[in-house]
Amino acid sequence: MANINTDRTEYLKQERSAPWREELRKSKKNKERTDIHRVEMPSAPPMERARSYVEVNMGLTVEEAVVEASRCIDCPDPTCVQGCPVGVNIPKFIKNIERGEFLEAAKTLKDTNTLPAVCGRVCPQEKQCESNCFYKIKMNREPVAIGYLERFAADYEQNSGNISVPEVAPSNGRKVAVIGSGPAGLAFAGDMAKLGYEVHILEALHEIGGVLKYGIPEFRLPNKVVDVEIENLRKMGVKFETNFIVGKTATIDDLREEGFEGFFVASGAGLPRFMNIPGENLVGILSSNEYLTRVNLMGASRSGMDTPVVKGKRVVVVGGGNTAMDSVRTALRLGAEKATIVYRRSLEEMPARVEEVKHAMEEGVEFLTLCNPVEYIGNENGRVKQVRLQKMELGEPDADGRRSPVVVEGSEFLIDADTVVVSIGVSPNPLIPQSLPNLKVTRWKTLDVDPDTLQTSIPDIFAGGDIVRGGATVILAMGDGRKAAASMHEYLQNKQ
Amino acid sequence: MNKIVGKKIFSENVVGLDIEAPRIAKARKAGHFVIVRVDEKGERIPLTISSADSVKGTITLVIQKVGVSSRKLTSLEPGDTVLDIVGPLGQATHVENFGTVLACGGGVGVAPLLPIVEAMKKAGNKVISVIAARNKELLILEDQIREYSDEVIVLTDDGSYGRKGLITEGMEEVIAREKIDHAVIIGPGIMMKFASMVTKKHNIPSIASLNTIMVDGTGMCGACRVTVGGRTRFVCVDGPEFDAAEVDFDEMLMRLNGYKAEELKAAEEYSCKVANK
Repeated sequence: MANINTDRTEYLKQERSAPWREELRKSKKNKERTDIHRVEMPSAPPMERARSYVEVNMGLTVEEAVVEASRCIDCPDPTCVQGCPVGVNIPKFIKNIERGEFLEAAKTLKDTNTLPAVCGRVCPQEKQCESNCFYKIKMNREPVAIGYLERFAADYEQNSGNISVPEVAPSNGRKVAVIGSGPAGLAFAGDMAKLGYEVHILEALHEIGGVLKYGIPEFRLPNKVVDVEIENLRKMGVKFETNFIVGKTATIDDLREEGFEGFFVASGAGLPRFMNIPGENLVGILSSNEYLTRVNLMGASRSGMDTPVVKGKRVVVVGGGNTAMDSVRTALRLGAEKATIVYRRSLEEMPARVEEVKHAMEEGVEFLTLCNPVEYIGNENGRVKQVRLQKMELGEPDADGRRSPVVVEGSEFLIDADTVVVSIGVSPNPLIPQSLPNLKVTRWKTLDVDPDTLQTSIPDIFAGGDIVRGGATVILAMGDGRKAAASMHEYLQNKQ
Repeated sequence: MNKIVGKKIFSENVVGLDIEAPRIAKARKAGHFVIVRVDEKGERIPLTISSADSVKGTITLVIQKVGVSSRKLTSLEPGDTVLDIVGPLGQATHVENFGTVLACGGGVGVAPLLPIVEAMKKAGNKVISVIAARNKELLILEDQIREYSDEVIVLTDDGSYGRKGLITEGMEEVIAREKIDHAVIIGPGIMMKFASMVTKKHNIPSIASLNTIMVDGTGMCGACRVTVGGRTRFVCVDGPEFDAAEVDFDEMLMRLNGYKAEELKAAEEYSCKVANK
């Protein structure tokens, strides 16, 4: 891997010395650049958007984007790139925005990132590229808004009707299969198609996109944005098959017989976790997966759709991650009078993105932190009507370094709720391991892979994303997809 | 897209459809189910596979008109298509030579019972089937069940066909006269609850095949969760068959009614739309 990193550094240096970059750097003094304040993302008015499915963040205008791009001083050692799991050439795309070459900027993004319009919206940039920005680490100032700029360039290209399709090598006549069409699978497919493989994506649901479709709501990531990126993969020759569950519809052995030489398992984190407390199976208590799938994938909130969803008036969402924020904000959009987050630690420990918490607060979500449900109480029809909560306080830091919650004895109290969404995480989908008894799994039931190559205990099977990580982000899944593509390519070349 | 190649009308409310799904037809075993979405607006609903023809590449689903989705499905004709079918899902039935197997099917539950009866017979069991329905109209697949059973007892609630009585009466009669080694119970929730009480009372190991609400059918949503032996299990990946004596049927029935209000409203709207056509 060291080798690749050195190559990458060399490549970034070379690109930086392109005449247009040098000229652009000279066109403004660094002082002029650093004097500019970070742009604010315009968003739809909270009370309006909280009752509709319009996208909350509205995106930067051309002027805003160019000014923000000019803040970037095009460092000789772009530390931001190290913070990016897919290694986007960040200064190059930003400098392209500064000089007005927006389509070039999009192309730069797509060299290493199959889904820039998605990542520009849902990546936790504040923990990745932006946390490694020169402004942040050397000047302790607001970093360049890399995420907003990524979204700007990707959207500009999508709206231009002039979408570039990455170059694809001539067919090498070899077939590989991807199990699951979420971010890991799509990123893998993009890279393998570029290398000349015939890539088939096999998806269990009736829609392509995985968590991007069933999980993340329209107001944060519109489906049409995802569809454009999928269409792009189709243009690169990637084949998609929906309603196909590997291990059920056909086994890996069947597929080997059909000529597939390599498999990338990207089936995601499947099973929702529950707390196993009394009353948890009452009517009106559901997982965030179910809640969001009904609304996002099945369109339950739209008229004329057959799938129903509970439209609670008093909705409690248990958990503090992005999925919990997505659920509680969905509850508002379904007409909840009161939507409450119940989280067992304090706001500081919340795993959700700061932006998501801020948006939820603006929209009127109530936060009950340092509380944990211990029991649900139902009415005579078995429908939930109250939640018994217990107060918590923060104790010693746990293995992740987060302070762990400790029960405050005798602090129980009741709140009303007609709908409860449990959003405390997921466990890996068992379908693939169940169908392959020789496949090694960890004690958390995730797939056991070589951390450098992402190869599983069965040589022609690689894996990445949440089926390996247990529950992570879109961009980490995509990073896995790219890594697995590189190592599967190497494996297949050696096998030949 | 899956094409419908055959249709059989069992009664006004119960229809059988043969649908092209070659991979599923080849892979399925007794006890498996599929998830079906009829059209762009449709829900995803679970349906147990009643039989399959791996040569023709078709599966047979037997559907009772209940809500909007099942009515949409039953209104389809040969040549029409179903937008999405995925499967086979769930754990296949555990089949072995138990000795004497009592197969109990209520209403449309006789359809998913059929492949299990066939498999049990082929595994060398003596199979006694007790099938029951509210009335003659709703009794289905009697001949097919007979083909693989050593004996068949038929009951209807109103006495319009076979004997008058509930399925539990037929079961008690068989249990009183011979040793039963294993029982299989499939039907409406309430029927399974009472049938399971009978086998439990006589200490007969028995399985029930549950048909709960599902969305994805692959373990992702948890809508199908049931309590079995005090533990929460997912019907889609852990089931659909469970030890009948351990299932909390009251909770299951309560959860099945979770969307009753929405379903009734949707069914009314659908009826109006059809009537106005």
